[in-house]
Amino acid sequence: MIGGLFIYNHKGEVLISRVYRDDIGRNAVDAFRVNVIHARQQVRSPVSNIARTSFFHVKRSNIWLAAVTKQNVNATMVFEFLYKMCDVMAAYFGKISEENVKNNFVLIYELLDEILDFGYPQNSETGALKTFITQQGIKSQHHSKEEQSQITSQVTGQIGWRREGIKYRRNELFLDVLESVNLLMSPQGQVLSAHVSGRVVMKSYLSGMPECKFGMNDKIVIDKQGKTGSTEDGAKSGKQSIAIDDCTFHQCVRLSKFDSERSISFIPPDGDYELMRYRTTKDIILPFRVIPLVREVGRTKLEVKVVIKSNFKSSLLAQKIEVRIPTPLNTSGVQLICMKGKAKYKASENAIVWKVKRMAGMKESQISAEIELLPTNDKKKWARPPISMNFEVPFAPSGLKVRYLKVFEPKLNYSDHDVIKWVRYIGRSGIYETRC
Amino acid sequence: MMCDFLFSLVCTGEIFELKAELNSDKKEKKKEAVKKVIASMTVGKDVSALFPDVVNCMQTDNLELKKLVYLYLMNYAKSQPDMAIMAVNTFVKDCEDPNPLIRALAVRTMGCIRVDKITEYLCEPLRKCLKDEDPYVRKTAAVCVAKLHDINAQLVEDQGFLDTLKDLISDSNPMVVANAVAALSEIAESHPNSNLLDLNPQTINKLLTALNECTEWGQIFILDCLANYTPRDDRESQSICERVTPRLSHANSAVVLSAVKVLMKFMEMLPKDLDYYGTLLKKLAPPLVTLLSAEPELQYVALRNINLIVQRRPEILKHEMKVFFVKYNDPIYVKLEKLDIMIRLASQANIAQVLAELKEYATEVDVDFVRKAVRAIGRCAIKVEQSAERCVSTLLDLIQTKVNYVVQEAIVVIKDIFRKYPNKYESVIATLCENLDSLDEPEARAAMIWIVGEYAERIDNADELLESFLEGFHDESTQVQLQLLTAIVKLFLKKPTETQELVQQVLSLATQDSDNPDLRDRGYIYWRLLSTDPVAAKEVVLAEKPLISEETDLIEPTLLEELICHIGTLASVYHKPPSAFVEGSRGVQHKRLPGSAGSGESVESPDTGSAAGVSEAPPAVIPSQGDLLGDLLNLDLTPPTTTGPPPPASSGMQMGAMDLLGGGLDSLMGTGFGAPPAAMPASFNVPVSGGLDDLFDLGGGVGMPMGVFNPPKTVWLPAMKAKGLEISGTFVRRAGVIQMEMTLTNKAMSVMTDFAIQFNRNSFGLAPAGPLQVLTPLSPNQSIEAALPLSTVGPVMKMEPLNNLQVAVKNNIDVFYFSCQYPISMLFAEDGKMERQVFLATWKDIPNDNESQFQIKDCHLNSDAASNKLQGSNIFTIAKRTVEGQDMLYQSMKLTNGIWVLAELRVQAGNPNYTISLKCRAPEVSQCVFQNYEMVLKN
Repeated sequence: MIGGLFIYNHKGEVLISRVYRDDIGRNAVDAFRVNVIHARQQVRSPVSNIARTSFFHVKRSNIWLAAVTKQNVNATMVFEFLYKMCDVMAAYFGKISEENVKNNFVLIYELLDEILDFGYPQNSETGALKTFITQQGIKSQHHSKEEQSQITSQVTGQIGWRREGIKYRRNELFLDVLESVNLLMSPQGQVLSAHVSGRVVMKSYLSGMPECKFGMNDKIVIDKQGKTGSTEDGAKSGKQSIAIDDCTFHQCVRLSKFDSERSISFIPPDGDYELMRYRTTKDIILPFRVIPLVREVGRTKLEVKVVIKSNFKSSLLAQKIEVRIPTPLNTSGVQLICMKGKAKYKASENAIVWKVKRMAGMKESQISAEIELLPTNDKKKWARPPISMNFEVPFAPSGLKVRYLKVFEPKLNYSDHDVIKWVRYIGRSGIYETRC
Repeated sequence: MMCDFLFSLVCTGEIFELKAELNSDKKEKKKEAVKKVIASMTVGKDVSALFPDVVNCMQTDNLELKKLVYLYLMNYAKSQPDMAIMAVNTFVKDCEDPNPLIRALAVRTMGCIRVDKITEYLCEPLRKCLKDEDPYVRKTAAVCVAKLHDINAQLVEDQGFLDTLKDLISDSNPMVVANAVAALSEIAESHPNSNLLDLNPQTINKLLTALNECTEWGQIFILDCLANYTPRDDRESQSICERVTPRLSHANSAVVLSAVKVLMKFMEMLPKDLDYYGTLLKKLAPPLVTLLSAEPELQYVALRNINLIVQRRPEILKHEMKVFFVKYNDPIYVKLEKLDIMIRLASQANIAQVLAELKEYATEVDVDFVRKAVRAIGRCAIKVEQSAERCVSTLLDLIQTKVNYVVQEAIVVIKDIFRKYPNKYESVIATLCENLDSLDEPEARAAMIWIVGEYAERIDNADELLESFLEGFHDESTQVQLQLLTAIVKLFLKKPTETQELVQQVLSLATQDSDNPDLRDRGYIYWRLLSTDPVAAKEVVLAEKPLISEETDLIEPTLLEELICHIGTLASVYHKPPSAFVEGSRGVQHKRLPGSAGSGESVESPDTGSAAGVSEAPPAVIPSQGDLLGDLLNLDLTPPTTTGPPPPASSGMQMGAMDLLGGGLDSLMGTGFGAPPAAMPASFNVPVSGGLDDLFDLGGGVGMPMGVFNPPKTVWLPAMKAKGLEISGTFVRRAGVIQMEMTLTNKAMSVMTDFAIQFNRNSFGLAPAGPLQVLTPLSPNQSIEAALPLSTVGPVMKMEPLNNLQVAVKNNIDVFYFSCQYPISMLFAEDGKMERQVFLATWKDIPNDNESQFQIKDCHLNSDAASNKLQGSNIFTIAKRTVEGQDMLYQSMKLTNGIWVLAELRVQAGNPNYTISLKCRAPEVSQCVFQNYEMVLKN
């Protein structure tokens, strides 16, 4: 199991050091600093073995978190734990920076004591932790006996992510379908790979212990219903259903029920959480097509023309469009002409950045650039990194539609109709690249 | 900034200041002082001098202060054990506190104070806490047992904490169960032989129930523990798999990978033709792909694991090539791993795409990555023959870029391509030679020199090229020197007239001026060869080279199996067994997959221990060989007493082991000889056959000819298709009688009776010589052995393939049909030895059109051994002739229906490939006969 956990600043100074096991000595702290943080070359692996001790590290801004062990631990678990640790810290004091870590070091030690016992991760849901560990000091000593047992049963219980007795005057639900669409396209316009990774993010303000059921246009569900229900209905909705390659769920979702019936039912945590993640690869709507044209004119000049075409309903508007065209390292000057938006050559980033605020569907726009090059005797050819693109569109490129989100709370007297629900779709570019 | 001040605190003068503050009356001041102490401790300053003062602050009702003091105690108690005792009273008192959080805190901290004297005081409070009414205290106490065990294992055993811990597996709270499982697993790891975690179907059921309810971390503990269990049979295995699969949709990657580990392991036990097996395979792919959208560090761990999974079960991800394409912004460690997997998944179907990608990568920035990409192109050429041409032209394109390290890497892989496909791509040599000057790395230089030497006859100026390397001979690395020496000797043998001077020069450089013993020795060997027997030199130096294998850097199978059992852990990241990086007793235990490991723990038996040197030596040996050998020897000395029902498996090895335990001695001899795999090097043969010979002496009374190869039993009729009746069987020929040996197993719920058997008409008129002798009813879960003697006088009909046999079996339930193939050697008569003259005449008499030629690849027997082996199957050697180092064996065999088959087997020393020519008046049988040769020789 995890033998110790260290947090360093960018210089390699220790901010937090918590050792759980005897086999981890003080010298381990230094070993990591010398061999990883101070190593000159780029990090070649997130797991390093130094003198028969294994170090796992992740970096948040310029803070290093390292877990240390001498045993054959579950490596996936260690990394998941480090991320979780970051989430918990962020939930308590915001950004993980040197200053914040120093200001909250007592709190961090307290958290580490609670969520990692003898190197075994324990309940790390912030919702539960916050009931008895607070930034202002410990609450629990003022708790009544019932409150205490409620805390412990929540921390260890089946529904560790929600406490009893939550009350809202207005029961409200916000559901965001956030998708990032990823594309790798060849210069000839052939899709080399494309996928959507989506998240369903919720904010729930519901009273009591509500039982929720979430439904979407999942092909498997629709097909199944199509078989049992009226054929007409099946045929109608069958068109709009989407094939989901894989999905993962927040721990509140009953996985065995999903496995057997493919229905998503859960008791939600209070406030913000990510209900599910999913991935689709079929029938993706690619919101933009990038058509590059690069011509090398002699050894000292490049002509680049890039056309972007928007490919969605003309009534919809895409926002925050940004096209990034890489330029060679020996670029000396760039002349730009674009039909829409603003374009700039950024020498420090070796790229032309073309920004367009808004663009409606079924439109087209283009930029042309003349790039002057300094003559070099470098034999190595320019690697021609791909042209990348950023944007945001108000629909789900996977085609996912929320069909329902039902809320049942048997004990309190509010029904599904009384809950105010908000649904929003946002599609963003993930890694959206076209080779040139 | 106040806290910056805390962290900048130094010098000894301040210790006194702190001391004063710690003893202050004001609570706030005290707390700030303790905070400062902790801050100094974090930065690595020694504040142990403050021990008594800090401990004094412990008796407070301020929980925050208390926690800080505890933190200090955990750090320094070991260095001040006597003073640590001062704290004990407070702990004991806190363990009785009405607040469960404080009780838990006390027991948690006490376990972290690693002082022997304290442990005695810990026992009573711990015992109470293990039975506390509050689950939070119980789950903390469970972990505390593991802590205590780490300090004083004996104490834990004496106090009976292990039993209490085992009871907690049945606790009503899932988190208590999970922590108890984690603690027990850890304790069990340091006692490899204890039966601590005695997993049985009841406990497994409890764990599976808790799995649905506990936290994500608890699920990981439970899944990792489940992976150590070996189900009793395929049905149990399937039902566990069914309950584990929902975990594949968990958001926590560790839960997913641990579930994958359980499934990968238990899948070994499922019959491959089961529908569920296919379903399971399909279910595994999507979650593995999803792992690739996690954070880069997790992607790295996932990719290292996928690399193992792909080697074990390539079918899972064979359609997912695209997801392993490298993204421009991936961290370098992710890129390198993806590349590795791409090559493993490369096949004829996707090679065009893969090559296009690899070409793209070869122009990237990172040098390591580019090198690996170029190397990958070479590996594709070797793996997928159809793509070789395209790969070579891609490599040539890359050489044109003139980027130094790309050119060098390309030349290294082209050398391998030449070896794999001789006489195909030599036209590119000219292009390679142009880049001679830019090569500065030893590996590339050596590769280029090898190419020049190997193809010296096609390169006009080969002598000049090699001579140019010779100038700086002593500055080259050993690798290049050795290669240069060999290349020049090759050149001399090919063009002796012009190169005499050159060869003399290199020989004297190697033998007289070099300090390197390897180089010197090789030089002397060449020198003597060349001076005594040039013909022999030619045969040695220009000998045909063994083929290079398609899959490079595959993990050795035994290790792969072990690593599969460690999916998700560090071992799977390092691709090394835990014993390679874990100190002490933990991790020494080797894990095995259930299907091939036999009865699991027997790996550690002393018998194998004595033969350890042998079993570890050969790299390509079937994993469980050591075990089988151990078992064989075991049987030789003492009959096995305990035989748990061995798990069913389809591998021949397993069947061997099963017969060995259940069946008689004669079946042991049959399978025993079949067991040592073909890939066994000669040195290994000696001890094995020694051991086996003993066995044969033991069973000599049965009167079986030496070395008969009988194929192991295979499943002919799976239970799924026959309402629970499973038939596995094989054919044997004993003293001229053909027998069909079958194992009938009743896997249904009801008793089976009234068995009967019938054959369809077949090529050689095989028919049952009597009724099927299954007299007793076959009750559920029972197996019975039945031997059916066969005659060859039944009705005849030509089958496809020739040796196909269609069988109908009837019982009280239904009639079932299956078909099986018998080795044609069953039909070789004992009087199949032809007279020499008759052989010669018959050989000439049979028209040449009836002759067919085959190649038997990778057979490492010499001609005499082969002849002996074949004789066991009634293939008789009539004459042997040796021409130019090639042994020609002339052999004959006679089928039961009177057809004679004549064979000429050509064996060349050092070449594992045999050539066989078969002549027969009925040429249809040739294919079958050849297959039989191959089977006998390779087993």
